[in-house]
Amino acid sequence: MTGMRPTADPATGPGEPGPGAVGPGSPVAVSRWSRTATGFTGVAAVTVVVLAAVPYFAGGPAEAPLITLLTFVAMASQWNLLAGFSGLTSFGQQAYIGVGAYGLYLVAAHGVNPFAAIVAAAVIAAVVSLPVSVLVLRLSGGYFAVATLVIAAVFQIAATLSPSVGGTTGVSVPGLAGYEPVLREALIYWATLAVAVLSVAGVYLLVRRTFGLDARAVGSDPVAAASAGVRVGRSRRLAYLVAGGGAGAVGALIALQTLYVEPTSVFNIQYSVYMLFMVLVGGMGTIEGPVLGALVLFGLQEALSSQGAWYLVIVGGLAVTATLVASRGLWGLASDRFGWSLLPVGYQVRSSRR
Amino acid sequence: MSWVNAVIQGLLLGGQYALIACGLSLTFGVMRIVNLAHGDLAVCGAYLALVLTSALGVPVWVTLPLVLPVAFAAGVVLQVLLFGRALRHGELASVLVTFGLSVMIENLLLVKYTSDPRGLPAGALGLASFHIGGQITVSWLFLTAFLTACAVLSGLQLLLSRTSWGRKVRATADDLDTARLVGIRVRPVFAGVAGIAVATAALAGVFIGTIGTFDPFQGTNSLIFAFEAVVIGGIGSLWGTLAGGMALGVTQVVVGQVNQAYAVLAVHLLFLAVLAVRPNGLFAGHRVTREAGALG
Repeated sequence: MTGMRPTADPATGPGEPGPGAVGPGSPVAVSRWSRTATGFTGVAAVTVVVLAAVPYFAGGPAEAPLITLLTFVAMASQWNLLAGFSGLTSFGQQAYIGVGAYGLYLVAAHGVNPFAAIVAAAVIAAVVSLPVSVLVLRLSGGYFAVATLVIAAVFQIAATLSPSVGGTTGVSVPGLAGYEPVLREALIYWATLAVAVLSVAGVYLLVRRTFGLDARAVGSDPVAAASAGVRVGRSRRLAYLVAGGGAGAVGALIALQTLYVEPTSVFNIQYSVYMLFMVLVGGMGTIEGPVLGALVLFGLQEALSSQGAWYLVIVGGLAVTATLVASRGLWGLASDRFGWSLLPVGYQVRSSRR
Repeated sequence: MSWVNAVIQGLLLGGQYALIACGLSLTFGVMRIVNLAHGDLAVCGAYLALVLTSALGVPVWVTLPLVLPVAFAAGVVLQVLLFGRALRHGELASVLVTFGLSVMIENLLLVKYTSDPRGLPAGALGLASFHIGGQITVSWLFLTAFLTACAVLSGLQLLLSRTSWGRKVRATADDLDTARLVGIRVRPVFAGVAGIAVATAALAGVFIGTIGTFDPFQGTNSLIFAFEAVVIGGIGSLWGTLAGGMALGVTQVVVGQVNQAYAVLAVHLLFLAVLAVRPNGLFAGHRVTREAGALG
């Protein structure tokens, strides 16, 4: 059986290649869902329930590493929506991580509950990304990539020059003093879990819609997509806004986790390096790949964190190697080899004869 | 008078930006690669010059005959090992690979040379200056950098427009498949272009290191400035790149005279303003935003 590759889909145009293409007496059946997918969805649901229960049975020592891992999962899924599905290689998503972190600070400083402020931070980041998208989406490919770096630099300088958010020294996140440390840690953990699950599920549900087909068509070839009737600008803008809002939520979480917002750390390009690594090594343009990539990065960080800068040299090197040797990442290798598709995005053709 | 001085200093600074930008422009024009490691390769040139200067005990300028060929060779090797392979996977892959390379270079430099800022000794040239009128002082070093940039740009322009190799490059830039069809061996052309791009970057790096200081993470900033010069000048035009660099330099120095903290921000905002109002650049006539035009 062959899972349709993302690049194969745009050839069929923006219309849904639905089961209607194959008659009832036909020897093949076209379907999107599969028994494996049903099974996996069950496993995923149980995993989420178990993860949600971690604060009750494992507590703090298990929460801290899981918070890191789940933050990775959220970042990777969001960047995959941009680069993997829409072909928008932004290396400036730290701009919205920073906006989210400062947004959380500003909203919480006005007396809003800091956990409710995560939602506000995401909305603020998405709103900020709208005018930015008008500028940067005029460019594509590598020029788009560098333009996003400029945006991140502008936001960082703007934060540095604003005394109201602490300038270069930064600000502490207000409103958390009233919480017991154990409860606070658990709430941050649940918030991170929620953002991670929403990111993976949100991207999955989004790319299963017509938007997903449009985005992949635009990512593969904008001119061909436009000629097939896809509204290229709208599709790219939607991906950029959703990813911006998601990065804002991640930034708000990072502010809560570190309890401090400082320009050099929230606008750090390292976040983009991590996103690139997780998506490339895990598998670009798949739902499962970025989650796998997050696990790999997490493992690598645990193993190599004592190596200092060598850690990032290895991360960069593996990302380059993955692009050149296995352009569909570890998940691509596995699904090619074993025909796995746990969360199918495309359609599958299989023989209906037994 | 101090404003005239600021404008002159800015124009001279623009030459440095153009020097680093011309390689970026060339690589994109011919191979359709935006090399995100371009700035880091410039910084590598500065570190190489630093190592050679202290090892051989000679002035910085004497190391150039060693630095430039090494940089050229590095460009050829990178093209063969990385960029060429990445291109076969499409434009997206080339963006990802050069960004990964940038991360690797920056952190390797950090491992080897720590994050301390370094400078290259400029010798007597670093202090020498001459006066125009009462208040305008021009540093010979700045002027040398500017004239070098002009010389490199003129040389590139002549190489591209007057030589048979340049004709091959332009043909390849215009239409890769047709160039192949008429018998141009594309890979050596690409390798040569990559070599020249990295050599000019290394030369720019040596000037950056002599005029100011550099550290392992400087490359990303250099890349951004070079990129802004290219876009403001109009993608694909070498002289436009010089004009773009000068526009950046003047903005930076003039705003810096008012408040140093806003100088870099002003440069970025100028770039964003140009992108908003004239996305094809201030000095280019034809539409090149989505698909860059040929060189020349």
